[in-house]
Amino acid sequence: MAFNDDVRRIRAIVWKDLTTERRSKAGFNSVASLGVTILVLFGLALGPDGKALHDAAAGALWLAILFAGVLAFNRSYQVELDGGALEALLLYPGARWAIFAGKLIANLIFVTLMLVIVVAVGIVLFSVDIPATWPLIVFIMMLGVVGIVSLGTFYAAMSSRSRAREVLLPLLLYPMLIPVLLAAMSATKALLFGDVMNEAGAWMQMLVIFDVIFLVATFLAFEYVIEV
Amino acid sequence: MSPAPSGQFGPPKPAPNWLGWLAFLFFIFVQVYSVLTSPADAMMGHLQKNMYVHVPAAWVTFGAFGVVLVASLYFLWKDDERADLLAASAAEVGSLFCGLTLVLGMLWGRPTWGVWWSWDARLTSTLVLFLIFVGYLSLRSFVEDPHRRGQWSAAVGILGAINVPIVWMSVQWWRTLHQIQSSPRGLAPEYLRGLMLNLAAFTLLTIWFIWRRYEAARYERAAEHAAQAAALGGYNG
Repeated sequence: MAFNDDVRRIRAIVWKDLTTERRSKAGFNSVASLGVTILVLFGLALGPDGKALHDAAAGALWLAILFAGVLAFNRSYQVELDGGALEALLLYPGARWAIFAGKLIANLIFVTLMLVIVVAVGIVLFSVDIPATWPLIVFIMMLGVVGIVSLGTFYAAMSSRSRAREVLLPLLLYPMLIPVLLAAMSATKALLFGDVMNEAGAWMQMLVIFDVIFLVATFLAFEYVIEV
Repeated sequence: MSPAPSGQFGPPKPAPNWLGWLAFLFFIFVQVYSVLTSPADAMMGHLQKNMYVHVPAAWVTFGAFGVVLVASLYFLWKDDERADLLAASAAEVGSLFCGLTLVLGMLWGRPTWGVWWSWDARLTSTLVLFLIFVGYLSLRSFVEDPHRRGQWSAAVGILGAINVPIVWMSVQWWRTLHQIQSSPRGLAPEYLRGLMLNLAAFTLLTIWFIWRRYEAARYERAAEHAAQAAALGGYNG
């Protein structure tokens, strides 16, 4: 079955990417530390007033995840390019979208692990009271991460192979992520404050729609950006 | 005379000079005409004249980015490098008018709303559109290989175009959950005439700009082909 083969390919790529990360750990450690550092900087910019920090917690968390995550996306191709392995990967038989799916899932796991650390630190630094609806917040975070990672993995496929990759990825990615970030920040913020306006559900629906649109678009377009 | 481009296509059809002259002269005429013939607005005074250039600039921006979208799709479909060059030319001209739209809007917003900027859906999505296409143009300048540049920028252009209505929708939501700042206005005929004439003038200018830029892009690409051939020890070497 061709589809089963693709699933095996995806699994192999995920396993390969995660193993490389696990063996070196340098990538994860530095990216997670950067996320925490960004949170501290936000705290300094907004604090020390406790209320201001508390109000801005949702936005600061998402931006920390975004800024640190961007480094992960370029890395996921960079390691391969340094070893000349991307060409080999492309030469293997099988659909191109399987490569994208593999990298996407590996990045999802990577960013989710980073998110756990950043959120834990953020709760402490920004004195966030965990509301009863916390499972919903976790769900929103997953949706937001899917949006960030799908576009990030897609744009990094280009930026990592161009000159000026450090500046190109954020320049391309940030404007594209505005809808996802806006929905994720607003939903998180609403839930943190008890969702008095009853808006979190609507934001969540939008987030699902955005994720689906961007996933479909990036899966379709990936073939064109990876083959050249 | 410039040398004829080599490569798979012949020399581009040059943009006729009369079109350029027509576009510029008509543009100047329309400005004078619409300012002289329309009375001051009851609410905004002569500030209203800004609308004559601001609104058409926004419209041709969307037209130009529409060309980018269609040409990018066509490029991915047929792999015709002329479509890529057309998309790039339209993106440059579109970005220019997009920036102009934003600046003219701010010049109008400051005396009318009291602020240079408001986080309203239309403004914000126009700004995001501008940023997306700045990214698009940077991508083009950072990629050497013409085919790769074409494929990549087509993908970025298409995704960027998809994103615009999504940004608009999300900001609209974000705004309406807080407060709305809208400016509904019906238009008297004497104003409408100025607006429509300006739209025609802007459209002519845009066509002229894109055409000229496309022509230059064709020669640039021909030079790239020639340099490549020379590097490979071809007939031009």
